[in-house]
Amino acid sequence: MIGQSPIRTFIAHAVLILGVLVVAFPIYYVLVASTHSLQTILRPPLPLVPGDQGWANYSTALFGGVGRIGGVAVGTLLFNSTVVALGIAIGKIIISLLSAYAIVFFRFPGRMVFFWLIFITLMLPVEVRILPTYKVMVDLNLIDTYTGLILPLIASATATLLFRQFFMTIPGELVEAARVDGAGPWRFFRDILLPLSRTNIAALFVILFIYGWTQYLWPLLVTNRSDMNTIVIALRKMISFADADTQWHLVMVTCVLAILPPVLVVVLMQRWFVRGLVETEK
Amino acid sequence: MASVELKDVRKSYGSTEAVKGVSIAIPDKELCVLVGPSGCGKSTLLRMIAGLEEITAGEVRFDGQVVNAIGPTERDIAMVFQNYALYPHMNVFDNMAYGLRNRGTPKDEIKRRVDEAAKRLELSHLLDRTPRQLSGGQRQRVAMGRAIVREPKVFLFDEPLSNLDAKLRGQMRVEIKSLQRALGVTSVYVTHDQLEAMTLADILVVMNGGLVEQAGRPLDIYEKPASTFVASFIGAPPMNLLKLSDLSVTAPAGAETLGFRPEDAVIASATSGLRLEARIEAVEPVGAESFLHGTTPGGRVILRAPGRSQVEVGERVAVNVPADKLHFFDAQGKRVEGQGVSVQI
Repeated sequence: MIGQSPIRTFIAHAVLILGVLVVAFPIYYVLVASTHSLQTILRPPLPLVPGDQGWANYSTALFGGVGRIGGVAVGTLLFNSTVVALGIAIGKIIISLLSAYAIVFFRFPGRMVFFWLIFITLMLPVEVRILPTYKVMVDLNLIDTYTGLILPLIASATATLLFRQFFMTIPGELVEAARVDGAGPWRFFRDILLPLSRTNIAALFVILFIYGWTQYLWPLLVTNRSDMNTIVIALRKMISFADADTQWHLVMVTCVLAILPPVLVVVLMQRWFVRGLVETEK
Repeated sequence: MASVELKDVRKSYGSTEAVKGVSIAIPDKELCVLVGPSGCGKSTLLRMIAGLEEITAGEVRFDGQVVNAIGPTERDIAMVFQNYALYPHMNVFDNMAYGLRNRGTPKDEIKRRVDEAAKRLELSHLLDRTPRQLSGGQRQRVAMGRAIVREPKVFLFDEPLSNLDAKLRGQMRVEIKSLQRALGVTSVYVTHDQLEAMTLADILVVMNGGLVEQAGRPLDIYEKPASTFVASFIGAPPMNLLKLSDLSVTAPAGAETLGFRPEDAVIASATSGLRLEARIEAVEPVGAESFLHGTTPGGRVILRAPGRSQVEVGERVAVNVPADKLHFFDAQGKRVEGQGVSVQI
């Protein structure tokens, strides 16, 4: 480290600790609040240590059903969110892999046209095409279905481009060696391309899972039934403008539960990330 | 095992012609080396034999059968690539077995063949390593093993030794030769290294600018180069080429250039053959021999002297080349037959 003196070290650490406090305190507070009863939360001052209502709060939220969101248990919401996030992440990866594979390794008429079409869609956010998409979903009777939640978000220009860039770094000799070894297009994809892309797939999975998990506008539009809500939508619905009407202890529990799966995905996949970064070789 | 025959094979990319009509016949079990400077079309030609590159015109035949329209898998060839092209995520065993698995070879047969090839190439203790954990020489062996286990009709080598250091290259060269002999598989080998070409080839094909300059047995080519290009490409140091107009030599009709090999020159005065006076400008002792760089009225020459040379830089020496060791080329660089005899004062 440059210019290491006790004062500098102290200042550096002070800044870092302050930063961590600013970021971590709200989350800590959510955790604490989720273990108190509604009355304790509403009556100032707010306690800073965990209370004894944790068990009761969590079991009510998970299995009992919450009034303001139509009596649906948070467990159902978690399940919905997981299905949507997994569907979006896995679907996006499969579609991007296949389209990048086609664009990089095959020569067909209109190849560049397709590539540029995909590229251009990068510039269009979901919001721009939300009305026509909604109309299509209505016409196909896909409102309040998992398909309706997942399908419109499943194509990803970003992931396609990422895979394209990666595929282009694969040496031509490797492709030719596989051809000489009798691997057709499908075998080459399955036996060589997929295993080589696994670290990229893992990295993208984390990013896309969180993208899917935090979707707000589209799930809000396409779900009417309370039991089809995702947890993020339900969380918003649980909060009323009148303080007394909001069951803050259950909101806090839902918050914690909504944070947990993305955190788990990041923590569990982190090993893959690091290994992928260290082991890059072609 | 198969004979390979090329008939007026051409390759164009748009309007540029990379291979301008090449005909070669390689008998069964022989090793043919394509040699030439970079960009001469030798790799393109190899890739056309492999089926990796489309053939614009002409025919490639294996055992008399035209294979133009057949893909690399069905041609039953095996190829060793310059950068080895090993599958990075598979271990050595899987790398070698992959081609057999794709062809539906039974499991125990795959195991038998891979074990045999690994034994032959001294890879038996490395079978569960990944390519990343191997040295350059070992990777090269795995690439060879991958070709061997397939027991193909034809082996194709695309500059397989160019990524190895000089010592290992010499060692692998001998191994490739004896392996090819032992297996008796017709092979085509591409290199830009003339030493590799000379030592490996049963048939040597010297290419330049998309055309075959000369094809034949390596020593025949060395002794009777068909053109100034071949004369200067094959042999190290290259043949000395001098302009005849600057020398008083009786030469065959049409000859414009005179050539002689560095080792054919004797530093002594003589009465027959070519006599030149050279001013020595540099001496390169390499141990067993020394190379003398000098200037003569006809141009610069390199001379080979056995052992340690006593000649000093700046000295003027008399150079004699026997008449039967002289080569003549015409204005286009083509060989002119006949012997010239003269004495130059």
